[in-house]
Amino acid sequence: MEARDAIGASQAAGAGSGPPRPLQAPSGRYGEKVVEGLLALCAVLSIVTTTAIVFSLLEPSIDFFRQVSLGDFLFGTHWAPTFTPPEFGVLPIVLATMLTSFWGLTVAIPLGIGAAIYLSEYASPRVRKIVKPTLEVLAGVPTVAIGFFALFFMRPLLEDILPFLDWTGPQAAGVAGLAVGLMIVPIIASLSEDAMSAVPMGLREAGYGLGATKMRVATRIVFPAALSGIVASIVLATSRAVGETMIVLLAAGASPNLTLGFTESVQTMTAFIGQTATGDIATGTITYYTIFAVGLLLFLMTLILNLISIRLVRRFHEAYE
Amino acid sequence: MAALGPEAERTRLAAEGARSVTQAAIVSGQPLRDVIKGRVFFVLLMAALGISLLGLAALVIDAVVDGRSMLSLDLLTNSASRISPETAGYANAIYGTILLIAGVLVMTVPIGVGSAIYLEEYADKTKWWNRVIELNVQNLAAVPSIVYGILGLAFIVRGPLDLGFILFAGSMTLSLLVLPTVIIAAREAIRAVPPSIREGSFALGATRLQTVRRQILPAAIPGIATGVILAVSRAAGETAPLLLVGAATFVTFDPTVFGDNGYTALPVMIFNNAKQAQPEFHVLAAAGIVVMLAVILLMNSFAIWLRNRYEQRW
Repeated sequence: MEARDAIGASQAAGAGSGPPRPLQAPSGRYGEKVVEGLLALCAVLSIVTTTAIVFSLLEPSIDFFRQVSLGDFLFGTHWAPTFTPPEFGVLPIVLATMLTSFWGLTVAIPLGIGAAIYLSEYASPRVRKIVKPTLEVLAGVPTVAIGFFALFFMRPLLEDILPFLDWTGPQAAGVAGLAVGLMIVPIIASLSEDAMSAVPMGLREAGYGLGATKMRVATRIVFPAALSGIVASIVLATSRAVGETMIVLLAAGASPNLTLGFTESVQTMTAFIGQTATGDIATGTITYYTIFAVGLLLFLMTLILNLISIRLVRRFHEAYE
Repeated sequence: MAALGPEAERTRLAAEGARSVTQAAIVSGQPLRDVIKGRVFFVLLMAALGISLLGLAALVIDAVVDGRSMLSLDLLTNSASRISPETAGYANAIYGTILLIAGVLVMTVPIGVGSAIYLEEYADKTKWWNRVIELNVQNLAAVPSIVYGILGLAFIVRGPLDLGFILFAGSMTLSLLVLPTVIIAAREAIRAVPPSIREGSFALGATRLQTVRRQILPAAIPGIATGVILAVSRAAGETAPLLLVGAATFVTFDPTVFGDNGYTALPVMIFNNAKQAQPEFHVLAAAGIVVMLAVILLMNSFAIWLRNRYEQRW
């Protein structure tokens, strides 16, 4: 009874000092709205960036395609935009990009997935705790350092190991490709390990319960279950390999040859952009526009790869989280 | 154990017996072929990891070996030179990189963390425009760095902003490049703060802004810091976009943020030295790589240590 009286008294007191306080804040809290607006503005900046990328690529590219037909550009086999007369067949540099990426992936896929299976299925927690961060740290090695390593260490070493190949200049597509592989191994290893670690323990235990060996469990259960995550890591690594500039600029060279040779010097799309745009080239010349046309093609190629990778990761998350 | 009596002892023995029988059955039950296959597979996996780590270790060792004759404090204090590589150093380039990075920090931290807070705390995920922003950030993180260089050339150096080939333009280009990395890391850090903290704060009458400022941000700071350090170290080692926005010029003086007589950065200078014909410049390049790797690998190690150390398990 006493308690009730106390509540009654306090209510009376509250009523006495004016109407009961509403649950909403007295002011409109405009600050909250302002901050939300500012934060949204920050987020919208990323959209602005993309729009700016697309515009900065499209506008000069349109000027480029006014002077060069799309067919000549996409299917021409001679690339000499700074020569007179200039030739704009993009195939040699597209093929060179594919060639270096191919060698990179040939090395990085088995190494990266092997390392990932080891870390996720075999390594003791202590080893994993040391090796995984090491891989993540090494993923941050600047690519100009990898390019230097390819040119002055890998190239002479490979010539010693494979003297029967036809080594000519200091630059070779294959060496650059292998160096690109070195760059993307940590990406594939780290992301694939994440995917395999996310596979529920129950799937593994079911495998062991049926008498499967450790290798069977790793290759027939964990690997397929994590496949979309693993493929996503490979697709992302491919996108990185295609867009890599410094390694190929140093180690693959600047001669736009239409070749599949391991030891030949080639010029990739990124190397062309890096080579040509270094220094002050005059705006409005066809050479200036060529940079943007090649950049647009590069952007579209990586965009498709990125979207595939994002889609695959999403599907993987839906399956297990 | 003995105090528990014979019954507990019998249970223990039974469990142990069952375990040994099971183990024996599993091990001896494997055909020899499977045992061998398993061993070979294991060795192959070890080799994959070993080769990957060895390759990257060789890179670091090679740079130290190639550049050892130039590794001294002079390397950090001497100016660049085209004539005498023996007395050349990276003082101007290091100064340029520090200015570039300072600009990147000033621009990316507020914008990156702001975007992350918006996407995690405010954005309504069912609205299409918020999903577009999300997808867009993920894609931007994987756009090749040289494309950012083209963007910088067309939009910042020339075009709408028309700043010219100044260091600030390089800083802006690098900021756009690493912004998605900062946003993604900050989002992950914010997402890791459990909803109960948020709800508790709301229940006590805090507004959304108060909850973000006093509860969520403090809890997410280690994760955000990790992302920022990784982004900065990426910006410090990035060369390709800088080539397009003017850092390629050869300068022998300390650059300024808005000065239009050229600027340079450490990785660009390394690239220029590596391209020279005389082998002395290659030694100089290797020594520069050692300096750059030391700084970047230290930053990355610190960032990942920070993440693993303060990774809170709620």
